[in-house]
Amino acid sequence: MMEGANRTKQVLTFILGMETYGVDILLVQEIRGWSQVTRIPQTPPHVLGVLNLRGSIVPIVDLRMRFRLERAEYTAVTVIIVLSVETSSGRRDLGVVVDGVSDVIDIKAVDLKPAPDLGSQVSTEFIQGLMTVGENMVMLLDIDRLVGGDIGDVVMPPKVANG
Amino acid sequence: MRRSVLMVDDSPSMRALVRSTLELAGFDVIEKIDGVDALGYAKGGSADLVLTDVNMPNMDGIQLVGELRSLPQYKFVPILVLTTESGGDMKMRGRQAGATGWIVKPFDPAQLIATINRVLQ
Amino acid sequence: MALDLEQFHEAFFEEAFEALDTMESALLKLNIGNPEPELVNTIFRVAHSIKGGSATFGFTEVASFTHTLETLLDELRGGRMQVTRGLSDLLLKSVDVMREMLRSVQHKTPIDPQRVADLQFDLELAILQKNQAPAAAPELPDVAPAPTPDAALPTMPATAILGQRRWQIGFRPYPQLLLRGNDPLRLLRELHELGSLEVEVDISGLPALSEMNTEDCYLAWNLVLTSEVTRDVIAQVFDWAEGDCKLEIVEIKSGLAERTAPPSAVVVPIGIASAHEAQIEVATTATLEPAAEQGRSQGASPATPSPAQGGSDSGSIRVSTEKIDEIMNTVGEIVITQSMLSQLGSSMEGPLAEQLRSGLAQLERNVRELQEGVMRVRMLPISFVFSRFPRMVRDLSHRLGKEIELKLTGDTTELDKTVLEKIGDPLVHLVRNSIDHGIEKPDIRRAAGKAAAGTVHLDAYHKGGNITVEVRDDGAGLDRDRILAKARERGLVGATEVPDDTAIYDLIFAAGFSTAEKTTDVSGRGVGLDVVRRNVQELGGTIEIRTERGKGSCFTITLPLTLAIVDGQSVAVGSETYIVPLTTIIESMQLKPSMVNRIAGRGEVFLFRDGYVPVVRLHQVFGVKPRTHELHEGLLMIVEGEGRRVGLFVDDLLGQQQVVIKSLETNYRRVEGVSGATILGDGSVALILDVPGLIRFAAERLAA
Repeated sequence: MMEGANRTKQVLTFILGMETYGVDILLVQEIRGWSQVTRIPQTPPHVLGVLNLRGSIVPIVDLRMRFRLERAEYTAVTVIIVLSVETSSGRRDLGVVVDGVSDVIDIKAVDLKPAPDLGSQVSTEFIQGLMTVGENMVMLLDIDRLVGGDIGDVVMPPKVANG
Repeated sequence: MRRSVLMVDDSPSMRALVRSTLELAGFDVIEKIDGVDALGYAKGGSADLVLTDVNMPNMDGIQLVGELRSLPQYKFVPILVLTTESGGDMKMRGRQAGATGWIVKPFDPAQLIATINRVLQ
Repeated sequence: MALDLEQFHEAFFEEAFEALDTMESALLKLNIGNPEPELVNTIFRVAHSIKGGSATFGFTEVASFTHTLETLLDELRGGRMQVTRGLSDLLLKSVDVMREMLRSVQHKTPIDPQRVADLQFDLELAILQKNQAPAAAPELPDVAPAPTPDAALPTMPATAILGQRRWQIGFRPYPQLLLRGNDPLRLLRELHELGSLEVEVDISGLPALSEMNTEDCYLAWNLVLTSEVTRDVIAQVFDWAEGDCKLEIVEIKSGLAERTAPPSAVVVPIGIASAHEAQIEVATTATLEPAAEQGRSQGASPATPSPAQGGSDSGSIRVSTEKIDEIMNTVGEIVITQSMLSQLGSSMEGPLAEQLRSGLAQLERNVRELQEGVMRVRMLPISFVFSRFPRMVRDLSHRLGKEIELKLTGDTTELDKTVLEKIGDPLVHLVRNSIDHGIEKPDIRRAAGKAAAGTVHLDAYHKGGNITVEVRDDGAGLDRDRILAKARERGLVGATEVPDDTAIYDLIFAAGFSTAEKTTDVSGRGVGLDVVRRNVQELGGTIEIRTERGKGSCFTITLPLTLAIVDGQSVAVGSETYIVPLTTIIESMQLKPSMVNRIAGRGEVFLFRDGYVPVVRLHQVFGVKPRTHELHEGLLMIVEGEGRRVGLFVDDLLGQQQVVIKSLETNYRRVEGVSGATILGDGSVALILDVPGLIRFAAERLAA
């Protein structure tokens, strides 16, 4: 990004397990409560299914599973953040399931530090950078990577023997 | 007073171009798609100047000029023929039919306006 | 204010491509040796308008090429050249090249300049050789006139020559000058702009007032212009009056004006426009206006009758497909909302509920009408696709040395634009296939007692909620034994297995299957009928073949009329709801355990009508938890795709309804066995099954 170091942008932060993540608020279309999805065959486990969001069919991704965190039960406080991202094949919407939304914060580009290798616990491939907000560390998600990457990865379904 | 130009061309892109050019210069534009269409208009409607393409289906520009000149209200109205025909043959036929002059395509929009203004002076 | 020409480019490209299509079809209809003048005119006009447009919008290469083409066409039009087969081919090639050139400027992609140059050279050569043409009319050669500076309007800057020169100009209009809309005053003003002008009116031509015709010009002028301009510049001022006046332009060499003014001349300075009553009056009726008002009008602009003329057909307008799709989407939303309201309404009670329900029923009818209306807007006749075949068949038969008559019927049959756009390639492939492998060479045909010319017949018609397109030929037909041998060789059919004829012919749709003895550059490019079948399937359609050895083949493609909605049967599996397109369902039944057999390697089958049908458990294929695993506790739906039948095991049947198809690919990706999704009345999403895909998918998994 060629933004000036003092230019601020707003980030929506949310909780996933013990960690706080952030996404550029401009990408956020809506935040909604958890509702039952329609399952899609032959998809990786983190793609939970699809939902009808204002007339379009949107895939819902469980970020915990995507980041190989421990799976949580979906409860009344579980929320879906609906994101809209420009990709090479046009605008794509997707919903990500997170534990809860926490805050909207202003960050400066200069505050953003590159993500170190965090070891095996969280994959850093979707992390755009790290910043410190108060006492917490917030990981800014690289949504383009997340969407343009492999949410739709074709996972070969296991062969089933008939009968 | 806003002057009106009756523009006749079968090509939508050419009509769009000429219309924009003329409107930018403050003219009102009446757009017709061929000779028959234009003549239909001319029988009831007026124009301060006619700008017509030559090669058009149904009724070509040359025939249109002739027909327009036979209408009392178009007897003296300047009629410019907008054409790629640079041949003297086409000019002669145009004038025989009663055209005032011609403008050769491709034209520069500024040139088109200058010419029209000159004729309408 | 500068005008951005680029805003008109798309409109130009659109009309240019349309024009090329017109030109191509006119060329194809052209009678060799005896061309119909009307067709030649059309071709000329089209080339001419492309030339004009491309020159105007700055596509100089296209303009230059088209100019050459136009010159040649003008020769044709004037009867100075003959339409030969070779020339007609040359012109068709030119259409192709122009298409490519336009595409290349449109998409800013490169084009091979040599090809263009070569063809342009060929065109020029043809023009040069026209005199050798036997039937060249003994007419005056219509030499393109020397490029007179006619592009130069009278305002063109003078080719300046330093130093003042004096020009004596004798300008004697003929009576009809005014009737051409030419105003002598304008000419005088223009001259005045070039330098200083002395004006003398010659009224000797004026008749008696009683004999005067107010529409004629009786005046003449003797002018002296002092200016730096050349003679050409002066002549240009009078360019439009040429032929309507007598004009003399003589340079006065000495400083002394040798006036030859007639005795009755009166000198009037320009600007005081009182030369003559009659003349002024006429000029006023024409255009004369105070120069001060000449600027942009600041006053109220009166509404002028300038009806928007979108396309060339005044009875129609051009609308982008995106706009229609937007409406379509909105209508889809309304349908969903409406069905949600209906559900709600049916569960209501009380005195108002009945009224509500009747209102909702009315709404449902209106919405249905609206939906059908929008759908019709998207429908186009299949002639858009058919029109490319005359050219293709002609070229191919030419190249392969075959005689082929192309028959096109039902070309007004309408189908959805999206389907239309995607059906072109499969049809092209089938027609190529028929010409290359189906139709025999003339000698072989004659030997077989057939007409030397083969027939390829494309036929389109509506049938049920579908459109059927047939590609028929009266060629050699398929060789059943050779296909079977080949299939055995490739292990597609067991050595002792004897499939029925339908199954054998169906093998030609298998991937990479070709019985052609030698591949030709026409259809042997590795793209097989399997691709055709896949394309058709992607459109939710099917393809079948009927063939008879020695008599010919017939490919039948059946397609849905639209990709926007489908009539479906809702089925339940576990907690999921799926939609099965009604057109694929043959029957639904409940099985008794005794009806099911297990065949080693082929899983569960049951006897249905005259054959065994495999059972496909939908819960297994889709990996969902069913309500029951027992076949007799659920339902079996016999569905068909690509001529194959399976029994789809589901928990239960729900209702039938028309659903709006939504793409999964917009936000996600394609999913095997699923053609799309729809939104149910309660707002939840249900997947629509792709039955042929599902059958294939299940078979593959079974085989693995």
